[in-house]
Amino acid sequence: MTEISGGPFVIATILKVLVFFTLLILSIALGTYVERRLAAFIQDRSGPNRVGPIGLLQVAADGLKNLLKEETWPSAAYKGFFLLAPAMALIPGTILFAVIPFASPAPTRWGYVDMIVADVPIGVLYILAIASLGVYGVVMAGWSSGSKYAFLGGLRGSAQMVSYEVGLSLSLVPVLMLAGDVRVPEIVTLQQHYPGDATTLGVWLVAPLLVGTFLFYLTGLAETNRLPFDLPEAEAELVGGYHTEYSSMKFAAFMMGEYGHLITTAMLVTVFFFGGWDIPFWSGDNIRVTADGSLIGEPAWWKTLLTLLAFMVKAGLVFATFIWVRWTLPRFRYDQLMDLGWKFIIEFVTVYIVVIAVAIYVLDRAGLEFGPAYAAALLGVNVILAVLVFFLFDRGRLIRGAGREAEREARRRMLDARRQVRQQALARALGEEAALAATADDSSEEGE
Amino acid sequence: MIEFFFFLFAAMAVLSAIFMVTQVNPVASVLYLVVTFFSLSGLFVILDAHFIAAVQIIVYAGAIMVLFLFVIMLLNLGSTQPSDLRRGLGRVLAGSVAVALVAIFARLLMAGGDVEGLGGSSALDPLLESSGAVAAVAEPLFTRYLVAFEITSILLVVAIVGAVVLARRRAP
Repeated sequence: MTEISGGPFVIATILKVLVFFTLLILSIALGTYVERRLAAFIQDRSGPNRVGPIGLLQVAADGLKNLLKEETWPSAAYKGFFLLAPAMALIPGTILFAVIPFASPAPTRWGYVDMIVADVPIGVLYILAIASLGVYGVVMAGWSSGSKYAFLGGLRGSAQMVSYEVGLSLSLVPVLMLAGDVRVPEIVTLQQHYPGDATTLGVWLVAPLLVGTFLFYLTGLAETNRLPFDLPEAEAELVGGYHTEYSSMKFAAFMMGEYGHLITTAMLVTVFFFGGWDIPFWSGDNIRVTADGSLIGEPAWWKTLLTLLAFMVKAGLVFATFIWVRWTLPRFRYDQLMDLGWKFIIEFVTVYIVVIAVAIYVLDRAGLEFGPAYAAALLGVNVILAVLVFFLFDRGRLIRGAGREAEREARRRMLDARRQVRQQALARALGEEAALAATADDSSEEGE
Repeated sequence: MIEFFFFLFAAMAVLSAIFMVTQVNPVASVLYLVVTFFSLSGLFVILDAHFIAAVQIIVYAGAIMVLFLFVIMLLNLGSTQPSDLRRGLGRVLAGSVAVALVAIFARLLMAGGDVEGLGGSSALDPLLESSGAVAAVAEPLFTRYLVAFEITSILLVVAIVGAVVLARRRAP
């Protein structure tokens, strides 16, 4: 079967964009609802359950509320940029999905339709490029609001996103080394079956790249400004962070951008480490589209729907863990966050890349193909590395509560300040005594 | 189709570059420059240079321009800036250089300047087919030009260390 082309291709692409974009927007709406319900569950409350069946229409009510609210224009704001910022926050989060494969290809009368909006030859690089633009919305919002709190939030947010972007990009390098290609569908294929034999059951990259999965997940949380890394918002310190001054739909655009980013990150974790649309323990969905457009395997509509369901379930579970983490871990302090990003994650990722590269080189030299033994060997390396880092080196040195030095410094300063105050008080007291003595002398002299 | 997109991106690149220079607000200038980079990236895609297109956005739009924006905001240069070209001589010089450039380009166009590979068939095709968009760049970079590549990276490290040393000297 050949790939769809010509007029039907254009129609199929437009349909794909419409369907997947609608699905994304719907899942953003549903995401806010799921987040509130899960948060309520974790905190032993009910959560939104009044509007519609089990509160499902809460999202529509919220949307209506946001639409009808008054738009405020802070007098100190730079008008044009103030209006531009929500759009710049919303767009990167909602166009990343273009290179993510959602399901197995579907057969039609005109040829098969690949279930990915754009199978570009630089898939992963496109993801990194668009993800790096997310910072504009935060910076612009913080600066253009003309408010101190918003500005602080914007600065914090952009510094954090720029810092963790490095770790995020680097943590994908081991995946690319194993896949040998930056096309996203190739990475899914690698996890579906071992190269060479399409009937085998592949291994999801979470096993051979256990530590890489953890690092990508961690930096993904930081990139999306989620707890425990939600310093840009930090409602206790900054009122609301970079979107403090925003109201009604402009505020809603920030929220949609944030959830879009979050859902996309969940999808990326799924695609890179949990097999994408692969259905576990079933080789019937091993359908591969190569770079030149030829199809290997037997596509079918029911397979497309099943794999789409599998993808959504997996991405949904990853999304649920984001919420779980949010209500489990406390927020990092700002210096701890920066220390973790610059002094631990970047170094660790670099070492990890070198270790995995050496392991891959050795295994290739030993004449092994990517297969069960290969994956097991890599898993062994990962476990050893993880144990070494988290149990052996971690004696309060490498992954300390990262601000220990800052704490010591602050304590020292406080003691210094106290000592100074004491000395000044003493000096003043002595000085007064001396002055008293002097006046006493004077008066005694006068008296004579 | 491809020609339409070429002229679209080319017009966007030139127009946003002009706006970038003429804006009085530095933040607006930065944003227009980002638009220019995006248009250039689109042009690279048309030329089948997908990797360069991605790198253009990752490095320039995603990193360097964010740094520019950062500096502008931290120094709070957001208000209007006086134009650099207030004196008469500067204007005359800039204008004549612009006219000369336009003349040179017009001459090239008159001489039958044709952009190779715009029609879709390019010498790159077999290479892209065999090794993919990234490997086509990576392979020469890590084999034939390895020394130059390593020297460049050492240069960057020196620059980073130098910046840190200079910044630290001020501290008590």
